[in-house]
Amino acid sequence: MIITDVLKETSASLSGNKVRSGLTILGIVIGIASVITMVSIGQGAQSSISSRIQSIGSNLIIVTPGAQRTGGVSAGQGSSQSLTAEDADALGAEVQSISGVAPEDTHRYQVTAKANNTNTQIIGTVPSYTDVRNVSIDTGTFITEYQQQTSAKVAVLGSAARDDLFGAGADAVGQMIRIKNIDFQVIGVTLSKGGSGFNNADDAIYVPITTAQHYLSGNAFVTTISISAQGSDIIPMVQQDVTTLLLQRHGISDATEADFSIMNQADIIATASSVTGTFTILLASIAGISLLVGGIGIMNMMLTTVTERTREIGLRKAVGIRKLYINLQFLTEAVALTFIGGTLGIVLGFVASLLVSKFAGLTTQVSTSSILLAVGVSAGVGILFGFYPARRAANLSPMEALRYE
Amino acid sequence: MIECKNIRKTYVNGDVETQAVSDVSFHIDKGEFVAIIGPSGSGKSTLMHILGALDTPTSGTYFLDGQEVSTLDDDELSDLRRNKIGFVFQSFNLLPRTTVLRNVMLPLLYSDTTEKEREEKARKSLEYAGMEEGKFLNLSNQLSGGQMQRVAIARSLINDPAIILADEPTGNLDTKTSAVVMETFRELNRKGHTIILITHEMEVAQFADRVITIRDGVIEKDVKNTH
Repeated sequence: MIITDVLKETSASLSGNKVRSGLTILGIVIGIASVITMVSIGQGAQSSISSRIQSIGSNLIIVTPGAQRTGGVSAGQGSSQSLTAEDADALGAEVQSISGVAPEDTHRYQVTAKANNTNTQIIGTVPSYTDVRNVSIDTGTFITEYQQQTSAKVAVLGSAARDDLFGAGADAVGQMIRIKNIDFQVIGVTLSKGGSGFNNADDAIYVPITTAQHYLSGNAFVTTISISAQGSDIIPMVQQDVTTLLLQRHGISDATEADFSIMNQADIIATASSVTGTFTILLASIAGISLLVGGIGIMNMMLTTVTERTREIGLRKAVGIRKLYINLQFLTEAVALTFIGGTLGIVLGFVASLLVSKFAGLTTQVSTSSILLAVGVSAGVGILFGFYPARRAANLSPMEALRYE
Repeated sequence: MIECKNIRKTYVNGDVETQAVSDVSFHIDKGEFVAIIGPSGSGKSTLMHILGALDTPTSGTYFLDGQEVSTLDDDELSDLRRNKIGFVFQSFNLLPRTTVLRNVMLPLLYSDTTEKEREEKARKSLEYAGMEEGKFLNLSNQLSGGQMQRVAIARSLINDPAIILADEPTGNLDTKTSAVVMETFRELNRKGHTIILITHEMEVAQFADRVITIRDGVIEKDVKNTH
């Protein structure tokens, strides 16, 4: 009886003044939805960047040649030719706790296949590349040891390069492509890593490193040596050993004059997450401000509503309704408003995140903690400022409340 | 029915003490139609609040229908108002944007009567107060002043109260409508209801059988009217 009366009074009161209820709900909806969407964009960016970094390999240490200097003029990092395949062999043979070493000789060339052509990076490398850099084969095979030793003219296509040359999803294995006017037979296609844009790991063609050196670049140098350590905790140690060995092989005694540079995946992740962290803090503060503004909106709405309704509370008391039931009704009204607004806000937040990821191409990730925070704050503000002034009004004497202006 | 003995009400505002009602005693029988009249500031509103169980006296005793009121707490006062007192206010005090029926049913909220019983009672009460049935589902803000006061009267009657307390019921109405509303009160009185009317207008007080005049917190006159 009492519960149905409370619910009926609440619904009558909320539907009796649709504009007032609607505006209150709108304030709650916008506050919650904006927080959920903002945080989902921030967290989506963070997780997509870190998953992309993970996809380039695990426990990776990357060695690149240093800057080439002609007199005092530097040609930039990686421009000198100081690393060789022998360096890579030596690292694999002498450094402890390494699970794989893959040198590569990478340059961009124009590639043609029948009517299509594309400009892509040709990665001359060794069979262990698949393990070191997390490359998986979709169809066919990767470069074999024998093909590498014999400088075979074979190529493994990245999925994006395959799409460009033969059409999306086409079976390219067995077909011929021309790189620098030399025919290569396609022996495999890699599985997509899901990157996009300028630095797309799928837009590449793999050939044996010996083939690349003999027929394409024409020299014995390599552009990168990728090393994978056996565990993430020993990366600094392995990195130190690699540096020592290379310095020794290159006959350099002062480490500051090294003709190569070396970095590891943890450094890359740390740099990237400090960037995305800043980004998330930025979005979170925007969200925080919208939550604050939304909260103040809800508070204003609730306070004006109750002030306006103090006479009604006085009347209810005068005709003999107990304080408890008046409190109960106003509490239920505040809870109902925040509940409706909260539900709509969560739905709108989800929809907005979906739209952002669909039309703006950003990865979004709706997190439970942002939902809880947004709903918690709005509901708290709504209930507090809906209920507290009503409770105060219900404590007034009925005549005082009736005369309230 | 009503027994007031040495009622005193003092308001304290900072250091200033205001004696709104001092040492008022009177007695009202069942079925009487009493007007309490006095200029503004005379203490009649304070007296009405005490009689209506909206406020308790600082000292003195007040018995309503055999029950001592001055010692009740907030919830007990609420229950007393609901069961024993029907209020009619100057500004009608109807719930806005709410139907006539729901307004009349308001005092029955949170009681253990079914929706059907409540509506039945409300319809009976509205007919009793002379409201046309066609208006029962109108919203309160679509009514004229006279109709609103009828709805308020119907609301005051719904729990079959021991007394009906009307606070300046004609204050917001024109002369013609006032006369109609006052006739309604006379009619209710003829049917046996005890009515207490608070007013500052002598013409309105003339409708009552007995007029108590309050001035400066004390009873100045208490006379029977002859119609």
